[in-house]
Amino acid sequence: MNEFVERQMKLTWRPPKKSYDVVIVGAGGHGLATAYYLATRHGMSNVAVFERGYIGGGNSGRNTTIIRANYGIPAAVRFYQRSVDLYRGLEEETDRWLMHQAKGLLWMAHSEAAVRAERMRAKLNTQFGAETEFVGPAQVQELCPQLDMSGGGRWPVLGASYHPQGATARHDRVVWALAEGAMEHGAHVHQNMPVDGLIIDGDRVAGVRTASGDIAAGAVVSAVGGHVSRIAAMAGLRLPIRTHRLQAFVTNHYLQQFGPIVASSELFFYASQTARGEMLLGAEIDPQPSFSYRSSHDFVQDVCRRALCLLPFMSNLRVLRQWTGVCDMSPDYSPIMGHTGVPGFYITTGWGTWGFKAIPAGGEQMAELIATGEVPELIAPFGLDRFARDRTMADRGSAGTH
Amino acid sequence: MSLRIPCPTCGDRSVHEFVHGEIRRVPDHLTDPDERDLDFAFHHDNEEGVVTERWFHAQGCRRWFEIRRDTTTDRIVEPDSS
Repeated sequence: MNEFVERQMKLTWRPPKKSYDVVIVGAGGHGLATAYYLATRHGMSNVAVFERGYIGGGNSGRNTTIIRANYGIPAAVRFYQRSVDLYRGLEEETDRWLMHQAKGLLWMAHSEAAVRAERMRAKLNTQFGAETEFVGPAQVQELCPQLDMSGGGRWPVLGASYHPQGATARHDRVVWALAEGAMEHGAHVHQNMPVDGLIIDGDRVAGVRTASGDIAAGAVVSAVGGHVSRIAAMAGLRLPIRTHRLQAFVTNHYLQQFGPIVASSELFFYASQTARGEMLLGAEIDPQPSFSYRSSHDFVQDVCRRALCLLPFMSNLRVLRQWTGVCDMSPDYSPIMGHTGVPGFYITTGWGTWGFKAIPAGGEQMAELIATGEVPELIAPFGLDRFARDRTMADRGSAGTH
Repeated sequence: MSLRIPCPTCGDRSVHEFVHGEIRRVPDHLTDPDERDLDFAFHHDNEEGVVTERWFHAQGCRRWFEIRRDTTTDRIVEPDSS
């Protein structure tokens, strides 16, 4: 955040106290949303968020800002639809322009198998509250005139599932609005203050160790992205998480309007237009586990090759910026939220490549869990204990990145 | 520059020709057989730093081999420099 932006915001940086009711590790979208909903919905303002860098500087600032709920299993559709609904009301609620814009999302099918899958997705989504319909090639072309319907001759568009509520929002504005809202209600946010360790009292987590001393806490929440295995290890936990890089890039300004968000799980890429007019492209995670923020040339090369099959106009554009985030991948491609089995220690992780869209619902549900002590119904299927109970939530096909 | 994996047979090749293989270890402190099974099935060390891992040259010589790589920088660490 630069000085200009900071002047516009009502952010109040306070020195850390010796103890808080709740300490949240990680001031990204999920950590700040948890603080925000604790303060606004449950009257809990004795809350601090500790951040090793700056707010929203991790994956919250490295994603492709897509908001959608067209997932593949009932529990996920319900959860992400809650998030889509909360996002829609977030501008009014925070009184900040988040550049939230519903654009509609087209998920292309290039084969009979994919047509079947998209038809099924449309049915399942609609059934569980996320409006989606299957549309034929004529309607696809109408919704997105720039598409080459022959897919370069190799990937013909045979139809698509259309999710009208698919949207984008400005990622840093979302993070800032949540930080501002939480601070206005009395929550503390501490930047440049890494958590070096957890205070363990008997069998429970009782606080965090930082450069400015030990901070006692009634509950500690890990909302860390990218380094969650390290935080969990401080509490003696091993996690079903592997961290992989995910890259994305934008082109220079495309002079026409590109309406919807376009995704193809057979070509493994997705594209949308940013508010500045750039074309934003993302694709799959890198194959090897890594914590490196380095971007690679072969990624751009590979994604362009695939994207040009469907969007040939992009051959006139140039790559402007490229970046990398590190994604905590769970084995079933679903998030992990809730209790950890260690008293006083909660976790929200496994946000892989689907974290941004889940920020409001993830925060709201985690806040409810912490405030009431009861696991909300919406996130009950996503507990860490699901692996031991043999109740994994396999949803790989919905990630769009695999 | 993309990651290139040093295959003992084929030399440095693009990472996309390979399959990554993790060497699974269950920690000694897990003594309950159920816990050990759970750990083996799902949990990962997910280490930050130099790790020893196995790679399979799927689109090449189809040989499994071990390398050491720093996961924070993605650089291959030569065995003698570690």
